[in-house]
Amino acid sequence: MKAETLAALQEARHKRHALALATRLSDAAETLIYQDKALGAQASDETLLSAARRALEIGRSETVDVGGERIFLNVYVPPPRLIIVGAVHIAQSLAPMASLLDFDVTVVDPRRAFATDSRFPGVKVMQEWADEAFEKMGLDRSTAVVTLTHDPKLDDPALEYALKSEVFYIGALGSRKTHAKRRERLAEAGITEEQFTRVHGPVGLNIGAKSPAEIAISILGQIVEVRARRLEAMSAPKVAAA
Amino acid sequence: MSDALDVLDQVGKWKAGGKGVAIATVITTWGSSPRPVGSQLGVDDTGAMVGSVSGGCIEGAVVKEALAAIADGKPRLLDFGVTDEQAWDVGLACGGKVQVFVEKVN
Repeated sequence: MKAETLAALQEARHKRHALALATRLSDAAETLIYQDKALGAQASDETLLSAARRALEIGRSETVDVGGERIFLNVYVPPPRLIIVGAVHIAQSLAPMASLLDFDVTVVDPRRAFATDSRFPGVKVMQEWADEAFEKMGLDRSTAVVTLTHDPKLDDPALEYALKSEVFYIGALGSRKTHAKRRERLAEAGITEEQFTRVHGPVGLNIGAKSPAEIAISILGQIVEVRARRLEAMSAPKVAAA
Repeated sequence: MSDALDVLDQVGKWKAGGKGVAIATVITTWGSSPRPVGSQLGVDDTGAMVGSVSGGCIEGAVVKEALAAIADGKPRLLDFGVTDEQAWDVGLACGGKVQVFVEKVN
């Protein structure tokens, strides 16, 4: 691998850009394929470019044969992102655990006493209202949102905003009763019953979690499951129309 | 440090520190294999590792080849699996097969 290639991969990660690196196995010649351009040895090989774009779309690395040569397409997609609304006790377990799972973690809370860097070492903390923070970050399909504050005036705007985006997971802490009240409040705000089914609540897998760390595990277990099923569905061969 | 991108970060640091470095990547798998296609292992010229290409079954052999690639600059394509001749000392207990590409970072 060329040093410039390594630098390009690191830069793409920093900017949250997806790219594919095509390596010709016979001589290690490299081509970088971005969403909108290609650079390197085989940058004008249309067969290779279309294979690389397909690999980028489904987010899966693979070895392909192009013109009698074996070429490895390594797909680098930005890490999934977890946005935690509420810099509360559970968030202090959830944030480091999610980092271990390679999530890019941000904690959002407008309350000064909660949203401090010292409570969340090594994690991005935004002392802002959730909807304002979401606007700045831009919610995409590789983002998960979890609300933990228990406070409707903090949680509800976050859920409303997340429901209007393409995020792959939305979870809200609270009992069944709390969740039912939440449904009523969001219905008044114009969220339909069908839209509301995207919210996982009570949040997390039912593993009898009690402590903050246990609850964090149950939430992450659910997020990992939802994400894996979605990636599975995306990479499955498309069924031909009858 | 399971993510391929963290491997690249560490490899970049080694490289910036003046070390010889190689990257090994899982490029094909058959049957059950512990790490998916695209998984990477970074190796420096002292044999230090970051990341993984298996559950620990073949890393020893891959590091050996990585050190050779750092020394001669040539890429290598390695096959591991139970049908391989090396099965008794370096194989995958899970019964899968993997192909690993090893190259020096220039």
